[in-house]
Amino acid sequence: GSGGFRKRKHDNFPHGQRREEKENVNPPSALMTSFKSFQLELDTRHDKYERLVKLSRDITIESKRTIFLLHRFTSAPNGEEILSESEVKLDAVRRKIKQVAQELVGEDMYQFHRAISPGLQEYVEAVSFQYFIKTRSLISVEEVNKQLIFTAEDREETTNMTSNSHDKEPHTWSLKVTPVDYLLGVADLTGELMRLCISSVGNGDIDTPFELSQFLRQIYDGFTFIGNTGPYEVSKKLYTLKQSLAKVENACYTLKVRGSEIPKHMLADVFSTKTELIDQEEGLP
Amino acid sequence: MSVSEMFAALQGALGQDQDIREEIRKVVQALEQTAREILTLLQGVHQGPGFQHIPKKCQKAREHFCTVRTQMESLKTKFPADQYYRFHEHWRFVLQRLVFLAAFVVYLESETLVTREAVAEILGIEADRERGFHLDIEDYLSGVLTLASELARLAVNSVTAGDYSRPLRISAFINELDSGFRLLNLKNDSLRKRYDGLKYDVKKIEEVVYDLSIRGLNKEATVGGGGEK
Repeated sequence: GSGGFRKRKHDNFPHGQRREEKENVNPPSALMTSFKSFQLELDTRHDKYERLVKLSRDITIESKRTIFLLHRFTSAPNGEEILSESEVKLDAVRRKIKQVAQELVGEDMYQFHRAISPGLQEYVEAVSFQYFIKTRSLISVEEVNKQLIFTAEDREETTNMTSNSHDKEPHTWSLKVTPVDYLLGVADLTGELMRLCISSVGNGDIDTPFELSQFLRQIYDGFTFIGNTGPYEVSKKLYTLKQSLAKVENACYTLKVRGSEIPKHMLADVFSTKTELIDQEEGLP
Repeated sequence: MSVSEMFAALQGALGQDQDIREEIRKVVQALEQTAREILTLLQGVHQGPGFQHIPKKCQKAREHFCTVRTQMESLKTKFPADQYYRFHEHWRFVLQRLVFLAAFVVYLESETLVTREAVAEILGIEADRERGFHLDIEDYLSGVLTLASELARLAVNSVTAGDYSRPLRISAFINELDSGFRLLNLKNDSLRKRYDGLKYDVKKIEEVVYDLSIRGLNKEATVGGGGEK
């Protein structure tokens, strides 16, 4: 009765193709055998790709959270605490990147580049933001890559008992951020710096905006130097970068012209209206 | 390092990249030219008298593949060997086209599907990624799908030319190919899109076979050997 029905339904649905294949070619022909190996190869490749996409998404989310955390830096009195907390978060991100590096052992990194590129860009953004807050300068691509060399020792916390000392040495993994990923991450960084600038004015910090405008100008000059040598995405970001720079430069201008006239406690109001005005010009909410 | 120095270094790297791409593009253009020549040559089989000259045409095509091999050899030298997928999209299209042409030649000669290893050999490249410039599996499969639509056309034209047995053989071949492709779990990408076209080729060939059988022409083909003399 119902049992038979269920069985038949089960037979029909997921194994439909296999049934037909049996009907058509009883002894597996050379063609079918090779297609079976293709199936295996493609499935392996797709699985790896999916795993990398998932890792990339995790990296993106954690990096974004780190950036939000770092935005609290200027307003909070416990600055050091936030910095060390961000370091912990970035370490967690790097552990994910280590997993990516392990997935890519023996593979051509560019084959799976599309899967991991968004995560890496976000990571560059987070790590360069932290670096800027700490040192007031731009992290280099070499510096970023230096932090992405992993050894098996990092893992010992969890697998201390099982790891053998002799296989420790060959187990290093590394991932290299491509110049383009780095550039795109840095371009995103400028957006964060613009936000930092506006919010620091809100806190009555008059010096940071000028420092930031100078820094952003350097980056902007750098990007214009690259111009259209880079791929299309880079030149696309250049436009947003220009807008960020304009906002910061206008903020500095207002500070210079009106800063002496306005009492310090009212500065925040001046800028909140000012930024709104700019946002409206772009048609953003 | 100052910001401007960093960007200068990056610009240098990107500039080198561009040079490599330029070099690759030149070789790929030459490859496309050769591929067009081979295609023109093989297109001849669709015309009536062409059916008699199939072996000769295949022979000529194989000679052209020598040029392909030397061009591939020069393509290999244009970029670092471990960065195949970085520049993959530049030669992807032409490589698929060449796979199709090689598969077509092999089909016309022996009526079998060329293996991935055999195509790689005809093109002078490797089948395995580990051993250097290789043939990506998706490119191979794409090329094979192009072969399917070409064979659907060949089935129609061979009837016109009076060869009634060929469509039956093509039909058996395409059916096997179809069940082979059904084994694959394709993602929603370009290969999948092209695979979706395979069923129309299958249908078309089945229609040709149907037309032949209701007129009893398929029996004549199996008994008398059809238009081949």
